[in-house]
Amino acid sequence: MQVQLTVNGKAHALELAPHTLLVQVLRENLHLTGTHVGCDTAQCGACTVIVDGQAIKSCNVLAAQVSGARVTTIEGLAASDGTMHPMQAAFKDCHGLQCGFCTSGMVMSAVDLCTHHPDASEAEIRELLEGNICRCTGYQNIVRAVVQGRAAGQAG
Amino acid sequence: MYAFTYERPASTAEAARLAGSGAKLLAGGQTLLASLKLRLANPAGLADLAGITELAGIRRDGQTVVIGAMTRHATVATNADVLSRIPALADLAGHIGDKQVRAMGTLGGSVANNDPAACYPSAVLALGASIETDRRTIAADDFFTGMFSTALAEDEIITAIRFPIPTRAAYVKFKQPASRFAMVGVFVAQFGSGVRLAVTGGGNGVFRHAGLEAALAKVFTPEAVAGVSIDAGDTNGDIHGSAAYRANLVGVMARRAVAKALG
Repeated sequence: MQVQLTVNGKAHALELAPHTLLVQVLRENLHLTGTHVGCDTAQCGACTVIVDGQAIKSCNVLAAQVSGARVTTIEGLAASDGTMHPMQAAFKDCHGLQCGFCTSGMVMSAVDLCTHHPDASEAEIRELLEGNICRCTGYQNIVRAVVQGRAAGQAG
Repeated sequence: MYAFTYERPASTAEAARLAGSGAKLLAGGQTLLASLKLRLANPAGLADLAGITELAGIRRDGQTVVIGAMTRHATVATNADVLSRIPALADLAGHIGDKQVRAMGTLGGSVANNDPAACYPSAVLALGASIETDRRTIAADDFFTGMFSTALAEDEIITAIRFPIPTRAAYVKFKQPASRFAMVGVFVAQFGSGVRLAVTGGGNGVFRHAGLEAALAKVFTPEAVAGVSIDAGDTNGDIHGSAAYRANLVGVMARRAVAKALG
């Protein structure tokens, strides 16, 4: 079947089997391998991308379900000259990662969190990150990064 | 996943026709896709309800709030009518799963699936809601018929759920630490006519508790819960907690829910 997606600003018309997941299209058809498959059961959040302004888990959505949508992946955050998005820069500054496997999903979830909950307290940030699991850091630096990235984004 | 066909009908009638000829109805897909990936189901086709615009949306209608079946959890959680009339329902919707799941998951999908640990069925039952389908209206008391089982026919489509506005209500859950589903969740609702209380996560499906309802109808205080014995015969035991542990949690969650409802 035919599926239309605008990914990181670029329009794609794709011929896909109906049971193709969004994450498969991103990784296998479009070679955007920054979006990871961790648990593949919609628990870990490593596959988080932003679809029409909302973070979703791309391993648990059919590409067909979101046909016509605008998708932003981790590759779509940095400026064209390579300057990191304030949230990416904050994760680097705060060392909000260790092995890095969860990071792209964590950053996408953090960006979404700041869009929809710009005044979230630290406790609320922890709750809003419930759908993203990091097995290395213990979350302390991730939460610091979200707070710093939010401040930098609002200032910018 | 096994292969299937995908259709996006534009009307409820067309979706019902597809369901009648073997297609599985797809709402938000937050449960269905996971089970398809595990090959627990092998439908010939999916009929995605997301293209039927009249299935989504929220409106006030007299002393009720009517929520379309395809309304996402994130929308219910932030809707002004729900927040002002039934804040307990907005609170429940805002704590289902995680925010990514809430952006996709729908009221109708959750209620039709009737997972024994899902949050929404407890609100539907405790608020005495009516489930409106493409062919009839079903009272919540007649709708939930056990684990993953409802009064819906195979090709019947929930169009909306009509929630009466309570005097006060609250939902509290104790999360299973790994899955974050409700180990036990209690929704309590006080109306002029009495109190309704529903338990999710504790048994084979959502259920009302007559003893707690009677005690709270007399005195609506957290202390009133203390005198009610919760029979472990009503609850299930598994690797995460024994039946006695869950029965105790029912009392604890009921007490907290009443305190929360009283604000």
